[in-house]
Amino acid sequence: MEEINNTFTTNNKRSMTCIICPMGCPLEVIMDGNEVSVSGNNCKRGVDYAKKELFSPSRTLTCTVSVLNGKRPLVSAKTRGEIPKDLLLAGMEKIRRLRVNAPVKQGDILEKDFLQTGFDLIACEDVEKL
Amino acid sequence: MIYDCLIIGAGPAGLAAAISAKKNGLENIMLLERDNRPGGILLQCIHNGFGLHYFSEELTGPEYAGRFVKEAEELKIQVKVSTMVLQIEKGEGENPLHKVTAINSKDGLMILETKTVIISTGCRERTRGALLIPGSRPSGIFTAGSAQRFLNIDGYLPGKKVVILGSGDIGLIMARRLTLEGAEVKMVLEIMNYSAGLARNITQCLENFNIPLKTKTTIVQIHGKDRVTGVTIASVDDHRQPIPETYEYVECDTVLLSVGLIPENELLNPLGVNLDAVTSGPLVNQRMETSIKGIFACGNSVHVHDLVDFVTEESLLAGKSAAEYVNKRCEKISSIPLVRGNRVRYVVPQKIDLSANDDKSENLRIMYRSTEVYRSVSVIACAGQKELARQKKRILRPGEMQIIEIPYEKIMEIKDMALPVTISIELPEDLID
Repeated sequence: MEEINNTFTTNNKRSMTCIICPMGCPLEVIMDGNEVSVSGNNCKRGVDYAKKELFSPSRTLTCTVSVLNGKRPLVSAKTRGEIPKDLLLAGMEKIRRLRVNAPVKQGDILEKDFLQTGFDLIACEDVEKL
Repeated sequence: MIYDCLIIGAGPAGLAAAISAKKNGLENIMLLERDNRPGGILLQCIHNGFGLHYFSEELTGPEYAGRFVKEAEELKIQVKVSTMVLQIEKGEGENPLHKVTAINSKDGLMILETKTVIISTGCRERTRGALLIPGSRPSGIFTAGSAQRFLNIDGYLPGKKVVILGSGDIGLIMARRLTLEGAEVKMVLEIMNYSAGLARNITQCLENFNIPLKTKTTIVQIHGKDRVTGVTIASVDDHRQPIPETYEYVECDTVLLSVGLIPENELLNPLGVNLDAVTSGPLVNQRMETSIKGIFACGNSVHVHDLVDFVTEESLLAGKSAAEYVNKRCEKISSIPLVRGNRVRYVVPQKIDLSANDDKSENLRIMYRSTEVYRSVSVIACAGQKELARQKKRILRPGEMQIIEIPYEKIMEIKDMALPVTISIELPEDLID
């Protein structure tokens, strides 16, 4: 079993808000040995979220990347999947130093296997060349 | 040349309206956009969370906007960018032709005649001046949306030590964004005792970055000569009045204000259109038509939305309605007002105009917000004593817009009763008779 990232409140019970969709269901998560039970979710994605959040909380990183020779100075970008939450600030340090050349098309890979997470950093919009 | 439809604002609302108008048979359509490209406010919303309902996918703002921009291009819908609409003159008579005055540096001044206008101008932010926050006027005070534009479009970091007033979604999103870009967001302040934003944003923007949220707290003074040096914050009482004993100085160089969005309706005001005092947007019927024949509105200019997916639905409807107005004419037979009842802050639409060629299989969709946070309630639509629809809700928050549907035939049953349809929220205790 992986290390749990956050301490539990008493009785191995923890409350959290599911962030998968705008409903933001308040979840109650109970740890009983290796068993995790989740309640308060309005769909089954909440169960997956709660388990992931306990053992390897992850987030999509959305950001802007500097564009060279483009009609605009920045391109909006995101990681193509959720990366470990504690890598977000380190990820931003890398992104701050990144430069991409125009033209950029939505979906272009700006950096492959970002921070060795297995996820690419991709462009979310087009930027035309100057 | 007479246009079938001129759409003011090419953000998500205008784009969806244009696409829908075209798909429903209108040919001469044009979008007028003041920014240098279509996409609207979504272009600066680089975060995730858009499209979960409409596309069943989680997209960033630019990606969501991009889908509609591309579709509009494929449909060869004309867009004039960097174009400002200065005024609308409403036409007279049975088939009024409206005149839209617009200007840009390529075409100069244009006066365009059109059968229909769709207002999709979005909303503006409430400012420090509107709140009358005392203190000096140093630089470093931004509305959250302006700070977002400077940061995400132009590439400037607005400041290094930030205090955010207002816990609506824009404030929460900017708290996270600024932190990721290396600023220190010291706290988010909220005058009410609950946050106006989505619960998920409290978690992913504040809790995940250890940014404190202070409820029942406001800024009573801003300090600094050339640049903000700090703010004085205070707790407020139940009447939202600051409590002097709680004044506390917080050092910062930047203040972000996320204190309310107001539908942008400067173009409609001179036309004497009926406005809703609560939403600050125009009154509309279930076809998104305003009180002026042939002028429609959709998106944040009607009422401020939380999810762009609902803006899209509403705007597709507006575009379709404009097309039906031009092609088929929907002669009004009777009108039923839609009003807010207990614990409901507002309803949209505010009116049902029945006509002979209504699609009777379509449910009437009514959007509403609660006045406060309520749990385990029933939401009821009724005309007098007659109940038309009911829904059970586990939790209602003012910051989360809701929808209740009424089957069309229920409306037909009450149309001659000369009673408004009221949407109200009943607490569990109220239901015990």
